[in-house]
Amino acid sequence: MVTATEAKKITVEIQRQDTPDSEPYWEAFEVNYRPNMNVISALMEIRQNPVNKDGKATKPVTWDMNCLEEVCGACSMVINGRPMQSCSALVDKLEQPIKLAPMRTFPVVRDLQVDRTRMFDSLKRVKAWVPIDGSYDLGEGPRMPERKRQWAYELSKCMTCGVCLEACPNVNDKSNFMGPAPLSQVRLFNAHPTGAMNKDERLNAIMGEGGIANCGNSQNCVVACPKGIPLTTSIAALNRDTTVQMFRNFFGSDYMVDN
Amino acid sequence: MAKNNEFLWRRLHSLLGIIPVGLFLTQHLIVNHFATKGVDAFNEAAHFMESLPFRYALEIFVIFLPLMFHAFYGIYIAFTAKNNTQRFSTFRNWMFVAQRITGIFLVIFIAWHVYETRWQVAIGADKADFNMMADILGNPWMFGFYVAGVLAATFHLANGIWSFLVSWGITQSAASQRVATYVTLGIFVALSVVGIRALLAFVV
Repeated sequence: MVTATEAKKITVEIQRQDTPDSEPYWEAFEVNYRPNMNVISALMEIRQNPVNKDGKATKPVTWDMNCLEEVCGACSMVINGRPMQSCSALVDKLEQPIKLAPMRTFPVVRDLQVDRTRMFDSLKRVKAWVPIDGSYDLGEGPRMPERKRQWAYELSKCMTCGVCLEACPNVNDKSNFMGPAPLSQVRLFNAHPTGAMNKDERLNAIMGEGGIANCGNSQNCVVACPKGIPLTTSIAALNRDTTVQMFRNFFGSDYMVDN
Repeated sequence: MAKNNEFLWRRLHSLLGIIPVGLFLTQHLIVNHFATKGVDAFNEAAHFMESLPFRYALEIFVIFLPLMFHAFYGIYIAFTAKNNTQRFSTFRNWMFVAQRITGIFLVIFIAWHVYETRWQVAIGADKADFNMMADILGNPWMFGFYVAGVLAATFHLANGIWSFLVSWGITQSAASQRVATYVTLGIFVALSVVGIRALLAFVV
């Protein structure tokens, strides 16, 4: 809707891809500006009226989203070269034209939509949970000091968004590195008083293929993490734990639980 | 299924870079520094080194094999990275790239350096002394190549010490890692001065 006073427009350039195997291509769109727009609201405008900058009708752009408040991690994409959540990426703070691309570290499903299955597979591999299931009531676990809980809360903010994997130079199709996110989860669950009872299993998991030793210390992850998780400190702390575990595996006794 | 030993290989790669390869580099540069004390001092030091007992065993087990493993596993590591300093132009990300570039360059430089000095001596075509180095470094291109080689080596060692400290879980906090950056920068400068002074001694 163009009113008498020319409506302000913003240009959004999107790297599109029709199928998982097809070639990506760029397409530009013009969107009417509204105050306080985020990238998702711009994408929604395009979806309402999928006509590109040249005035040609085109396929609606697809992307993932869910919570719209930067806690679910689904809407991550590369915005002006940097991976971040499109819900919390405000148009007013972005350089124009806004360039959107999928996080190509992951398999692209379509347009800006990627498949982050590998991250969830990694979480399974490193046993990123506290096992409490049993055939009878196990009762209360050990108490967690409040200060420790507050500290661990920061690590628990990870939303498996994939930004740290996208930022890491060692996560790519030539390597099998699981990336920083699942590593930091090992630190979180090893810190839990009940979770610590299976500490050695998690440490041995990240000492396996594509594990912690693949970290090259570029420290991009900690810069990119939208939740401010101290990923490089997590990795360094786990480096010490795995060093100890390595010696324990070889020189230690058969007793591995809770020490 | 075969056991995955990647963790051990990586840790071994990190360890061998410091012990013995890093220690050998330091020792090598310090012995070279005798060149600043004159032709005789250097020749005496070189003679002492080549007349060490168990010389071949020392060369093979302290230098050659650890260096070969570090070099070839390092090439593999370097080529499995997808550098992204355009997106993330932070200091550490540049160090990450520089570590890989100097590593690749050092494989080339050291291969040439070993061929030109150690191999030529081994086949009896040359004698490891001051004159041999003075001849080599008399060529300005070669001098430049050696300066680049020494600087690449001292950088790679200093930055390698930094990442060794992280990879073994010694420096964990951001503050300790920052201090380690300054300390290793100091090591880089100090070893570079020692190395370059020795090179200059052969040409002036």
